[in-house]
Amino acid sequence: MPEFATDGGPTAARESGSPGSVEPPGSGGAGAAVRSEDPPGSRDATGPASPSSGQPVKFYQVGSFAVGNRLLDPSYRTVQSDALRTNALDSGHRACQGCGEALGARYALDAAMRATGGSMVAVNATGCLEVFSTPYPESSWRIPWLHSLFGNTPAVATGVAAALRVKGRPEVRVVGQAGDGGTVDIGFGCLSGMFERNDDVLFICYDNEAYMNTGVQRSAATPPAARTATTEAVGDEPGNPFGQGKNLPVLAMAHDIPYVATATVADLHDLERKVERAMEIRGARYLHLFVPCPLGWGAAPRDTIRLARLAKETGLFPVFEAEHGVVTAVSQIRRQVPVEEYLRPQGRYRHLFDPADPDGPPARPETVRRIQEIADRNIARYGLVGPAGSDAPGEAGPSDPSGRPYETGEAR
Amino acid sequence: MFQVRIHGRGGQGVVTAAELLSVAAFFDGRWSQAFPSFGSERTGAPIVGFCRISDGEIRTREPVSTPDALIVQDPTLLHQVDLFSGLRDDGFVLLNTSRPVEELGLGALTSPRRDGPGIRVITLPATELAIAHTGRPTPNAVLLGGFAAAGGVVSLDAVAGAIEQRFAGPVARANIAAATEAFRSVSARWKELDHAPTD
Amino acid sequence: MLRQIEGSRAVAETVALCRPEVVCAYPISPQTHIIEAVGVLVRTGALAPCEFVNVESEFAAMSVSIGASAAGARAYTATASQGLLFMIEAVYNAAGLGLPVVMTLANRAVGAPINIWNDHSDAMAVRDSGWIQLFAETNQEAADLHIQAFRLAESLSLPVMVAMDGFILTHAIERVDLATQEQVDAFLPPYEPRQVLDPADPVSIGAMVGPEAFEEVRYLAHLRQVDALTAIPAVASEFAEHFGRSSGGLLRPYRCEGADTVVVALGSVLGTIKDTVDAMRDDGLAVGVVGITSFRPFPAAAVREALAAARRVVVVEKAFSIGFGGVLSTDVAMALTGSGTPVTTVVAGLGGRPITGASLRECFEAAAAGRAEPLVFLDLNRSLIDRDLERSSARRRTGPTAENVLRDLGTVASGPT
Repeated sequence: MPEFATDGGPTAARESGSPGSVEPPGSGGAGAAVRSEDPPGSRDATGPASPSSGQPVKFYQVGSFAVGNRLLDPSYRTVQSDALRTNALDSGHRACQGCGEALGARYALDAAMRATGGSMVAVNATGCLEVFSTPYPESSWRIPWLHSLFGNTPAVATGVAAALRVKGRPEVRVVGQAGDGGTVDIGFGCLSGMFERNDDVLFICYDNEAYMNTGVQRSAATPPAARTATTEAVGDEPGNPFGQGKNLPVLAMAHDIPYVATATVADLHDLERKVERAMEIRGARYLHLFVPCPLGWGAAPRDTIRLARLAKETGLFPVFEAEHGVVTAVSQIRRQVPVEEYLRPQGRYRHLFDPADPDGPPARPETVRRIQEIADRNIARYGLVGPAGSDAPGEAGPSDPSGRPYETGEAR
Repeated sequence: MFQVRIHGRGGQGVVTAAELLSVAAFFDGRWSQAFPSFGSERTGAPIVGFCRISDGEIRTREPVSTPDALIVQDPTLLHQVDLFSGLRDDGFVLLNTSRPVEELGLGALTSPRRDGPGIRVITLPATELAIAHTGRPTPNAVLLGGFAAAGGVVSLDAVAGAIEQRFAGPVARANIAAATEAFRSVSARWKELDHAPTD
Repeated sequence: MLRQIEGSRAVAETVALCRPEVVCAYPISPQTHIIEAVGVLVRTGALAPCEFVNVESEFAAMSVSIGASAAGARAYTATASQGLLFMIEAVYNAAGLGLPVVMTLANRAVGAPINIWNDHSDAMAVRDSGWIQLFAETNQEAADLHIQAFRLAESLSLPVMVAMDGFILTHAIERVDLATQEQVDAFLPPYEPRQVLDPADPVSIGAMVGPEAFEEVRYLAHLRQVDALTAIPAVASEFAEHFGRSSGGLLRPYRCEGADTVVVALGSVLGTIKDTVDAMRDDGLAVGVVGITSFRPFPAAAVREALAAARRVVVVEKAFSIGFGGVLSTDVAMALTGSGTPVTTVVAGLGGRPITGASLRECFEAAAAGRAEPLVFLDLNRSLIDRDLERSSARRRTGPTAENVLRDLGTVASGPT
């Protein structure tokens, strides 16, 4: 039985087994809120845990911001919690332990499969996802799946979409997917063309911030100071130089395509909802999904979800949605944390800290400060932290119209 | 095989002229091959088009180097381009100009040859005719009417047919009228030239 | 229907009769007229249903074609030169995946130096990609080969490239007997894919194959090309039955009876060669011609048979392998292994240099007299070469070669120095 109170008082509910549950109970004081007075827009229910009293029910979580599925009315549970989910990317593949991309792909594609009634084709770029999910005959794909090349995935997806249109099969939807290399670097020309033509494709970038398949080399999505095999942690400025960055979600928005969203594997509800939203729309759509890579980042496999969450909570990875080039919703930071908290657990930033005293002050405080500046800039630019007083539990912003636990902010 | 080289400037319809001529020959039941000088020339640059006309299949793909006739759409090319290169000694030149031949400084070219009739030059104010009939200074179709009169290589009917196929109704009609007037104008003078004593 | 029509337009109208369902367009001279004309036919509804996709690069053009073909649509595009090289990764991919895309290649030189004119360097650069490569001699054949190309591609599950000489054919206006829709429909059945992306029957296409099977997969691709050696003449003869004219096939001998010297070539230069050979025959010289239509697969056995009686072979080709010599002639020599027949390579027409009957005749006569060098560069301006060699040996900072040569050309042309 779901444990939630119906007497109106805030009820702390820990998601047992959640990777985030290592933090002491109550330390955060923040939690997902579902207010029963905000009935779901499209559903007839009064929301999960609808008490006869009509009092708001608040789920407080510690460490994890995802409301446990078991606390929710079945109709609000995630696709992943459904035993009958597609398993578009089936088990038995060869991804590393804790692979964020494998999680992200399964989450996203299963959600897309549900949204399309199982009528979907996926086109995949060369990369980790392609390599670990095959080789023949051990394909993990339970959906029609095509791999052509590294840099042409958006164009191949366009071709599939064109063929389906000309064949009179508009119900079959097309998803293109690539890592950050295949999206931000080598695939960008084709992606921009696909956006500009507004081809009916959802393109998902699984961003793990480097070329992991080939052995962790730098991509245009690699953040400053991160160590990769081509930005080694040696010399006066170890790791990736501070550059201008290449913000693909914003570049996607610059094409005025109908839908752009960012998400992380740390928030399954949010991710699934965005995929669902994307599949409601025709035309070019872009989902930039933040997927930690334990191997490439020198992080513990168990920290994948935690790092994804920290990327958002530091402000380093803004989570938002945009339609036709305008930001329509921002997932606000619940409990802002300094970037140090995100950097420390990752081997790729090891050179920023003192090996003799890993918990002590940064060995390169200036670099950490500059990374913090990036986070602060994102916070300001996207309004990731609400006005004072608005971040009280349950008051962070209007609830998701569907009644699901997520936050929105003003369009900026 | 009769070979024609057409000179003009980018924008004057040189390539179209070669095409129309080949289509006219086709309508006359003959084989023909038209092709432009290939390049990346822009508007105003000297352009050359070629046309071969034959009673049988034309297989060669080399450029026309020894033309039987030249059509010169732009008289400003006269002293800028090696216009008459390879022109056969018994060939002729149809020149778009409103000035008389004598004023063009082509004496050396038109002087009689030992073993032939010599190169004949016939002028036609094609731009003026084009403006009068079509309102536009595009001389290509007009010159083809004159060409039909000059060599008799293609018929005026075929030229008219080619123009009709290529252009929309009113434009086609205006061009055909201009070409017809050009045909009459050249016919009269061509007889003299064609039978003129050459030595 | 007999029409006096530009080669590009003839091809476009014929391609439209083949009912391609997805057409990708990206401009590059000299193929632009083809894809523009197809675009008009789609816009006016003459070709329907068809998705005409204006892509952002040739790489995308072939990639969209790949996606469309894998999803079960008949896909077509056209390119040339740098465009073909820009899409080369996808060109190999289409063949490796066994997708029956049909592409027109309006042959053009490959830079640098940039050059928009005709030669066969582009086609030769993808010789080993796994595509069937058919070369058209005339615009009639270019049009006809496209009908056969779709048929071959789809029956063999292999992509087919129809090569036609850029400008020389694409921009030439000549007589073409265009097929009718009824004729094409009777000859070309709807595309029935061997593999297709279908939610009702999900398959993974394009996954990794390791050392344990890669050679076998490649060998099977080779076998399909070998099958094509049978399919190409079969399709050509069926085409002749349907359309009442012969086009295509593996190769075409011309006046080879009793020929001591046989000239081998690809594409439109065969016309000029045939005229030259006719003139030489008239003068009592025993010369013949073999025109190769199917460059890939290369019909080695048929070539060997066609050249069996020749005492010497001259291969005229508009491309060469820098640092070695002829490309086509290497294949011809391989086909003649053991015969002892000497093969002369004549590199001609590079970057659009006109190939004249006069130069060809001189060259063939030298070959017939046994005076030809093994590798001849037709009409090579030796004085330009010598000048540049002198310059290079005289000083280090000579600047760009191409610019120097062009400057010299001006000087040389202005008279002896």
